[in-house]
Parts: sequence; structure tokens; C-alpha cells
Amino acid sequence: MTPAEIRVEILDILEDISPDEDLNGLDDQKPFRDQLELDSMDFLDIVMELRKRHRVQIPEEDYGNLASMESTVTYLEPKMKDI
Amino acid sequence: MYDTIIIGAGMSGLAAGIRLAHFDQRVCILERHYTIGGLNSFYRMGGRDYDVGLHAMTNFARKGDKRGPLAKLIRQLRFGWEDFKLAEQIGSSIRFPGVSLDFNNDIELLENEIAARFPGQIDGFRSLCESLLDYSDMDGGSPEFMRSAREVLQEHLSEPLLIEMLLCPLMWYGNARQNDMDYGQFCIMFRACYLEGFGRPYKGVRTILKNLVRKFRGLGGELKLRHGVSRIHVENGRAVGVVLDDGTELEGKRILSSAGNIETMRMCDDITAPEVAKAGQLSFIESISVLDRDPQELGFDRTIVFYNDSEKFHWQRPDDHLCDLRTGVICSPNNYVYDADEGQLPDGVVRITTLANHDHWCELPENKYQAAKVTQYDAAVASAVRFMPDFRSHVVATDVFTPKTIRRFTFHDNGAVYGAPDKQLDGCTHLPNLYLCGTDQGFVGIVGAIVSGISMANRHCLVPDA
Repeated sequence: MTPAEIRVEILDILEDISPDEDLNGLDDQKPFRDQLELDSMDFLDIVMELRKRHRVQIPEEDYGNLASMESTVTYLEPKMKDI
Repeated sequence: MYDTIIIGAGMSGLAAGIRLAHFDQRVCILERHYTIGGLNSFYRMGGRDYDVGLHAMTNFARKGDKRGPLAKLIRQLRFGWEDFKLAEQIGSSIRFPGVSLDFNNDIELLENEIAARFPGQIDGFRSLCESLLDYSDMDGGSPEFMRSAREVLQEHLSEPLLIEMLLCPLMWYGNARQNDMDYGQFCIMFRACYLEGFGRPYKGVRTILKNLVRKFRGLGGELKLRHGVSRIHVENGRAVGVVLDDGTELEGKRILSSAGNIETMRMCDDITAPEVAKAGQLSFIESISVLDRDPQELGFDRTIVFYNDSEKFHWQRPDDHLCDLRTGVICSPNNYVYDADEGQLPDGVVRITTLANHDHWCELPENKYQAAKVTQYDAAVASAVRFMPDFRSHVVATDVFTPKTIRRFTFHDNGAVYGAPDKQLDGCTHLPNLYLCGTDQGFVGIVGAIVSGISMANRHCLVPDA
């Protein structure tokens, strides 16, 4: 997957987790937490969905990389480039 | 071999099942009864639909609200708000001799009522509201959690009658402990009832249960009714599976039980004497009246009335009688603001709940049991009409359920509606792969039970295998 495809996939996961959220105005540099009503249970769901959909394993110590869209895509790029 | 075996197809078990099946686990929910729902079930009788437990769903949220337990569970289970579609209450009341406090889903009404009836107490009430624990403090870690709610209330309020009145609905809707309440549980119930408020789906608890089951099965989950678990098989300090009532054995990597703490311990091979003294004691009878007209035509527009006939509220099991008639809850499912396209419910209904003694009800031989249902219905209604318009000449059908009924639906010791007073908030047991969810883990009520199933599934059953 290219970074652009990974971004679309993350948006799809966010849409799935929180269907009422408007994701059009999402700022990739800003933390998700400041823009969306996501709590720790929702962050766990991003991790779980990536595992379910793409068998991507994210160890707990790396969860901090999922703070914003930009950092998430950067973190996932090497893990998802061959998918 | 299942990834997770879940005991009990109530709200918590079904919610946990959805989470696990969504993330591709092989899950089986085992239910001893012939129907789903546990305490919050439903039945049909004489051509009419009845709910077992539901008066109101607490933790009301409007469409678009993203905070609070209801929004959280809708997200976690991948539902939309429309799947629950709660109609808001018209308004509820706390009625004690000579004084009544109204409240609805906006705390301002209760504040105004307190300012009008107890003018000297309003500042104390506001400071109490500010001191409430947040949901995020409610994993039991806060030292405040286990304090006496009565003690905390006395620090803010000097009028004993107001303290009793505020406690009455919160104990009725979610307190397993007699006479007093853990402050943490008080805060949960205060938020659930006074700050968030009451709602109800037009078709009652069916709507929620049917959505849960459809989702669970759609994800490939297995639900087996009339499949009671008689034993949890333990080998070398781990649960390895369950033995059903008919002797069939099922293997599982882990077990999540909503059967109750003591009830689950009793099933374990390696435990000979569970501590039954820790079982909950509080059970109810419910006297249901179907009316020939809408309760509002009789001048009754209250969604829920919590009544008590003296200045002191007694929250304890009646020891010498079948029921305690001094306090009760009146509910009319008609008194919600349903959507215009739904219209009104087909029948007028008044439901009255009173405290009851499980052992006394279960000791009655069958003919006396049936007779007691009739006399206790009459007594409960006679007690309640002191606090609402007398509807007795308009009753066209009745039903009563008792602690014996509750036990049949839930298999909980003593028919204890809110389970054991001491909760196991982390859901852990003496075995590393056996966990608790539901009533004895933590939160009660429909929303509480669903959140319990979700959080225990997330915490214990979804972690990647080490």
C-alpha cells in the first residue's frame, strides 16, 4: 500500500468506529484526540481493526505513533508496503 | 475449541460476544434458559408483549451526543443511534410524605425543584454535583469509590429528608448493598439517572436484544439456548472448558461468565465451598396492570415515580414479610415522548415494583404461591395509589413476577436483581483464563451491563495471545 492508500484505509477504519463523525475537515498534522471524540477504547479499536483487516501487529509500546494521521501513516508505511 | 466461551445470553454476554466475533474469534454463548436477555428479557402473554425488567434505560443520550456510556457502547458494537432509538422520558418524580421533587433529562429541573423545596440546600447540592467521580475514575482505583454514600452526602447536605429522597431512585435503579451505597456506585447512578436521564425504545427491551443477537449471529457467533453450564472444567490451575447440563463437554481457551461471582465459583471443579454469605439479598416483585385507557387520561403523566411513605427510606430485604410495601417504583411505559411515526403504545400500562423476600416466595407451595401473587399485587397497587391517581377501576389484565421468576430467568442466588454487594471490578477470578462480566463485575442496568461485557471482552479476551 502507498501512503495515500494507507490514509484512505485509516479513514475507513475511523468511519467504521465512529460513523457519525465528520472526517472531511481532518487535519493530518493535528492529533486525532483534539479533533475527534476518541477515547482509549477507540484507539484500541484502530489497532484491532488493522490486525483484523491486514494482519498488521502493533505492539503496545508503539501505540503512541497513532496520535495523528500523519504519524500513523508514517509508522504504518514500512509495515504495509507489501500488502 | 472455542477462543472464548461466554456463559449467559444477557446484555453483557451478548455485547462481549459481538466484540469478540467482530475480531474473528470463534465464540459460543451458552444460555440455560429458553430465551435471551437474562434479567432484561421479554415475554408474550394473552396477546400482549411484556418486558421483564425494563422500566427505563438510564444514561439517555440524544442523537449526535458523542460522550457518555451510551455513545461509547454504540461505537464499540458498531451500531448506529437509530438501532436503539430511545424516546425521552416525559418526566419523573420522587414522592415522599408532603414533598415531591420532579426531574427529567435536564439537571436544571431537579436543581430548581431543590431550590424551591429545600432552599437552604441548593448550594450543598451544587457542591455535591461538583464532587462526583467521573466515569474514568470508576475502575475501582479511586479511594473515594468504596466510601459510604450517606457519609459523603452528609458532608454536602444538612437536610436528612433531601438525602433520603436523592438516594431513593439511585438505590432502586442500581444498588446491591442494603441500607447504604458505595460512593462510586452512587456517582455512576447519579450520572446515569439525574445527569443523563431516562429513555426507552418504542418496542422496549426487544429492540435492543434483537439487534444484539442479529449482530452477534451475523458475525458468525454461536448462540445456544437451553444449554446450561453445570461445571467449569479446571486442569492444572486453568479453565479448559465447560460441561453442559446434558453432559456434553466444550473446550475453550478462555471463559467469560455472566452467571454471577458466587454462581460461577460454584461451577468450578476446584472450588468446593463458595462463600454464599456474600450473595446479594435484594429482590423484587413487579405488579403489572394493563389499563383500558392511556394513564394520561387518568391524570398520570409521570414516566417513573419513586415513592416512600415515611421520611426515612428503608433499602433492605423484608425479613418477616413477602414484600415491603413502604417504598416502590411506579412506571408507565406510555409516558415517553415517542416519535410521531411510532405513535402511542397499544395499551395503557402501569408497572409497580416493590421489595420482596426471595426465600419466603420460594418456600410457598404452588397453590399458595399463586394466591400470594394475587394478594401481593393488590397490596402493591393499594400502596402505590397513595402517590398517583387510583387506576384500579380501569384494569383489564394483570401479571406479576416475583423473586422466583427472576431466579428462573437469571439463575442468580436469591433472585438478587443487582447481584452481590461486593463487585469484582477487574473481572478477575482465581483462574487466569476465567473472567466475570455482568451484574457482579460492575455496572448494572441495561447500559451498564452492555458496557461491562464490552470492557471485559476488551481487557481480557481481545489481547493477542502471548
